[in-house]
Amino acid sequence: MPTIPLPSGHLAWRRRTPRAVLLRWFGWLLGVLLVVQCWEIMNADTIWEFVYDAPTQAGDLLGRMWPPRWSVLEKLWWPLWDTLNMATLGTALGVVLGVPVAFLAARTTTPSLAIARPIALLVIVSSRSINSLIWALLLVTVMGPGVLAGIIAIALRSIGFIGKLLYEALEETDPKQIEAITATGASGAQRIAYGFVPQIMPTFAGISVYRWDINIRESTVLGLVGAGGIGLQLNASVSRLAWPEVTVMFVAILCTVAVSEWVSARVRAAII
Amino acid sequence: MSATTTGRRWRPPPFIANPWLRLALYGGVALYLALALGTLQVNWGRVAEGLVRGWAFVAAFGSPDFTSRWAEIQEGMIESLTMTVVSTVLGVALSLPVGLGAARNLAPLPVYLVCRFIIAASRSFPEIIVAILFVKMFGFGPLAGMVTLAFATIGFMAKLLAEDLEDIDEAQVEAIRAAGASWPQMMVYAVQPQVLPRFIGLSVYRLDINFRESAVIGIVGAGGIGATLNTSFDRYEFGTSAAILILIIAIVMAAEYASGIIRKRLQ
Repeated sequence: MPTIPLPSGHLAWRRRTPRAVLLRWFGWLLGVLLVVQCWEIMNADTIWEFVYDAPTQAGDLLGRMWPPRWSVLEKLWWPLWDTLNMATLGTALGVVLGVPVAFLAARTTTPSLAIARPIALLVIVSSRSINSLIWALLLVTVMGPGVLAGIIAIALRSIGFIGKLLYEALEETDPKQIEAITATGASGAQRIAYGFVPQIMPTFAGISVYRWDINIRESTVLGLVGAGGIGLQLNASVSRLAWPEVTVMFVAILCTVAVSEWVSARVRAAII
Repeated sequence: MSATTTGRRWRPPPFIANPWLRLALYGGVALYLALALGTLQVNWGRVAEGLVRGWAFVAAFGSPDFTSRWAEIQEGMIESLTMTVVSTVLGVALSLPVGLGAARNLAPLPVYLVCRFIIAASRSFPEIIVAILFVKMFGFGPLAGMVTLAFATIGFMAKLLAEDLEDIDEAQVEAIRAAGASWPQMMVYAVQPQVLPRFIGLSVYRLDINFRESAVIGIVGAGGIGATLNTSFDRYEFGTSAAILILIIAIVMAAEYASGIIRKRLQ
């Protein structure tokens, strides 16, 4: 137990040894140095005049955003429908592609630990590392602007999310039920259908709805790179500096996100 | 077996027990799919044309081009990484007071409401929209991106910290208070040890997220590798794009691996 001598000759308790205190101090020093260094490198090209008048700019921006031009709302219903479709169809496609990947990645169900599992894990990690906006950017370049690029971007991003959470659920299944099914002489497909599927079904439904909710949020901005939906209108209004319209779009995006969050919370509460 | 069961096959029980609800759901899904696919506007000619280009991109992954735009890639990556570090540190530091204030068991009601409002404001907009606004305010460059990421970090960390704080074991707080501790002493000796390990783990996780996001917000001019990536797509330099994507995936994988180790050691 680390102690420190008091003037009275007694020993007082200390939380750490002097050596540990020194080491921790040194660690903090290194951390602070790293952050300061990063700050310096990051701001090498910053024009501080632009930063100092940020409050003025913010006030100016707010002044221009108000009052909102509500008449633009009637032009937004169709893009909002597109946004909903991108998220929903994208999630559906992501589920269809993600489920097999999850079965290949889970230790309990993979056909081969040496080949199929690493490949499935690589697919999952690649899909997860790249934001759907980047997928959209790529797909818009490849197949032209439009809703389809958005759907595929959402699907590609969802594969990793659904695959990861589902394969973890598959690895945590209760082995007793699987063993019981195997003992009755079930084939591999029957084991999956009667042993694994009933155990992961609630998790699977929860994951899908949760991802749908995230996808609604993401599909509202995919239009910024040309993939359709309300983001496309937002981009147009921002480029035209039509700030009163931007306000209306922000409100529309907020409401959509709030509704999707509410739906997803209700559905998940009903499942679990 | 008894005669009554012959000729009848056992079926697993359906996932949705109520048959009417089940039918209504299936019907609704079918109707929605018909509507959604029916109103989908796709320019198939353009898509077919794009398939060739898509193949060129897939092929580019086989031979990523790190060299011809290396200066730009390097600059973008350094911007992204420095932005990530600064924004995470700043965001986590600012999320501490906000998180404390948003815990109902520790903060008085007015403070609680203000802090909850900050959290809600930070969480409701996608990062890229916040980035658009901050770029308008601070000018182009990584500073705007850093502020965006720090802002998003506050909402994320403060919400989770507040939830943890509301779930702490009151007995320990009671014990420290009974020993005559002041409010700061109570925080340091009773509350902090209960929430710190998870908070550090979440900070490391957020570092990960911020790096991924930093690759995106460059698209709207907020600095980082996203701008480089966007340019490479615009120029159809798929080799460079592939190289950048491979670098992003590699860094995220390394960060995930490292954060996994750190979180395991903390628990």
